Amino acid sequence: MSKKITMQLDQLTCPSCLTKIEGAVKQQPGVSNVKVLFNAGKVKADFDDSQTSADQLSDVVTKLGYEVKKVRVKDNE
Amino acid sequence: MKFQLWIEKHTTQLTAVSAILIVLGYASKYLLNAPLVYTITLAAASIVAGVPIFLHAYQALRVKVISIELLVTIAVIGAFIIGEYNESAIVTFLFLFGNFLEQKTFAKTRQSIKSLTEMAPTSAELVHDDGTIEEVDVDDLDVGDVVQVKTGGSIPVDGEIVDGQGYADEAAVTGESRAVTKNAGDKVFSGTLLSDGYVKIKATKVGDDTTFAKIIELVEDAQDTKSHAEKFIDRFAKYYTPAVLVIALIVGLVSRDFKLAITVLVLGCPGALVIGAPVSNVAGIGNGAKRGILVKGGSSMDTFSKVDTFVFDKTGTLTTGKTALADSKVYGSDANEALQLTAAVEALSDHPLGRALTQAADDAHLDYKALAIENSSTIKGQGITATVAGHTVCAGNHRLLEAHDIQLSAEQAETLSQFQATGSSIVIVAIDAKVAAIYAIADTIREGLKDELAELKKAGAKHLVMLTGDNAQTANYVADQLGIDEVHADLLPQDKVTFVKQFEDEGRTVAFVGDGINDSPSLATADIGIAMGSGTDVAIETSDIVLMQSSFAALDHAYKLAKKTVLNTRENIFISIAVVAFLLLGLIAGFIYMASGMFVHEASILVVIFNAMRLINYGKHDDKKISENVANLTAVNSAK
Repeated sequence: MSKKITMQLDQLTCPSCLTKIEGAVKQQPGVSNVKVLFNAGKVKADFDDSQTSADQLSDVVTKLGYEVKKVRVKDNE
Repeated sequence: MKFQLWIEKHTTQLTAVSAILIVLGYASKYLLNAPLVYTITLAAASIVAGVPIFLHAYQALRVKVISIELLVTIAVIGAFIIGEYNESAIVTFLFLFGNFLEQKTFAKTRQSIKSLTEMAPTSAELVHDDGTIEEVDVDDLDVGDVVQVKTGGSIPVDGEIVDGQGYADEAAVTGESRAVTKNAGDKVFSGTLLSDGYVKIKATKVGDDTTFAKIIELVEDAQDTKSHAEKFIDRFAKYYTPAVLVIALIVGLVSRDFKLAITVLVLGCPGALVIGAPVSNVAGIGNGAKRGILVKGGSSMDTFSKVDTFVFDKTGTLTTGKTALADSKVYGSDANEALQLTAAVEALSDHPLGRALTQAADDAHLDYKALAIENSSTIKGQGITATVAGHTVCAGNHRLLEAHDIQLSAEQAETLSQFQATGSSIVIVAIDAKVAAIYAIADTIREGLKDELAELKKAGAKHLVMLTGDNAQTANYVADQLGIDEVHADLLPQDKVTFVKQFEDEGRTVAFVGDGINDSPSLATADIGIAMGSGTDVAIETSDIVLMQSSFAALDHAYKLAKKTVLNTRENIFISIAVVAFLLLGLIAGFIYMASGMFVHEASILVVIFNAMRLINYGKHDDKKISENVANLTAVNSAK
């Protein structure tokens, strides 16, 4: 099933972090529409929960060195 | 992984440690004359400050991005190899310290949005069916749940009051800070503050679906929606950074000067250029958001600043959309008495003209409801007659008068045609078979609008156009009153779209301003669609700029703000390019090296951020009150 994840990070300061996070999340299986909001410090993406999970995605971001403060998952209509 | 997180969290401390080591190093060289200690401390400083930079460079490389950190990393390793420990120490320290200052100042430019999001409540008091109360996270609320809110609390859901009453401050959704009375059955919005009272609310929208959540999402997205300049710079930076690497390599190979090559790496950092444009937009959009002006991103800001033609919808935009008593002339009797008798008669009908008159009587605090009424009769297409407190009162149009054989004097006929020329609807009142008053009723023009439109012209608008479905007479009158340049009346919604397109074809940049109720097509067609008043969801989606309050003062501010923001962006781009040129010249002339180059870079980044910060307070003395109120709200919220 398709779901939408929103991860709240600490504030981002370098525009290159953005490319980094976007690239890494995009490479995960079943993930589409990755959007990193630089100023709001949020990562939004659609994902297929049969291929990956919210925990896995937040793990990817954490591994890049960014603390994930809050994760919200919503079902896509 | 732990190591990396630890580094991220302690970068500030690492920066401080490296600063201390640098000071110690120089002290030991010049005061103690101990060159070995100097070398060791500076090498240590380079490593301490270098680790976070190396880490970032490595992570970026793993996702195939050549980052600024990579340039710095290579330069620092190069400096190490040739034993220039002082250069490497100062470069790494300045890079980290610069980042630290950027973070602090950047946070300031984001503050306006942050203060908005901080108004969003995080917990709610859920009332269970058995009356018990439980404190829950707002995310756990469902539609249909009942929550309670006490004085000073913020409302956690969009919903309807089922019990209790109070005053709500709706600044968060309307930008207008004033207490609105809320009783059972009234709608309330998430993020607004219950300044007084106690209410129970049944949720109709929760979480991300609430109006407030949508506003926040819109503003957050807006800040990251890039302007053309930004998109260009992003693309540029993507090739620029690798290009610097290549150039440094070529310089190194050609000149056989290793130090020159690594200096080029440091000087080539795009620094201020990548941050200059976004920071202006963030500050500008934040400034608007604080005043209930939602600009959907940098490109909207850009286009809006270029607008030369404003097209307005009349009803509900230039006018209030509510009919009201616009003018009156009273003959013989006392004005209040005439209005009182008229209102008594009009209270019998539901006609919009009648309501305008009873409203006028209410406003004048006239008690007409207690008057005794007999023999009332409504004549369709003419008006009403009745006997009120012993007087025979006829209120209606000229046909009603003719039917009762009442003649207008020459003077009265003159007044009548004057009133008609304004496009108003007319009610003539005869008391005891004599004309007592003529009332002109019209959709009233917004107060102070003429000055606000003049202000818009002063700010750079060339052409003001009004499009309306109303008749030509009314339209022309309103246009004359307001100093509108061009008027088209009797239009259907699709005709409005045609006009907007026509203006665009003539090469103008068009902003369409409407209330969004039936003009969404025009909002979408215009270069910039501006929805006024909180409007409908559709209007918010199709428009480029949303004014949460129906105010032309807000429109003036938004227009000037867009121009200021774009100017600010240009200034920042100019500063960044000038810095790069200066560094290049300095390098050729031989007075710039790695450390000094890094210093100039970091300084220029701070300069562009400070320049953008001027936007945050732009127009502050105009509306000190609004922002103070918002600030107060925030303070109350964060205190909890």
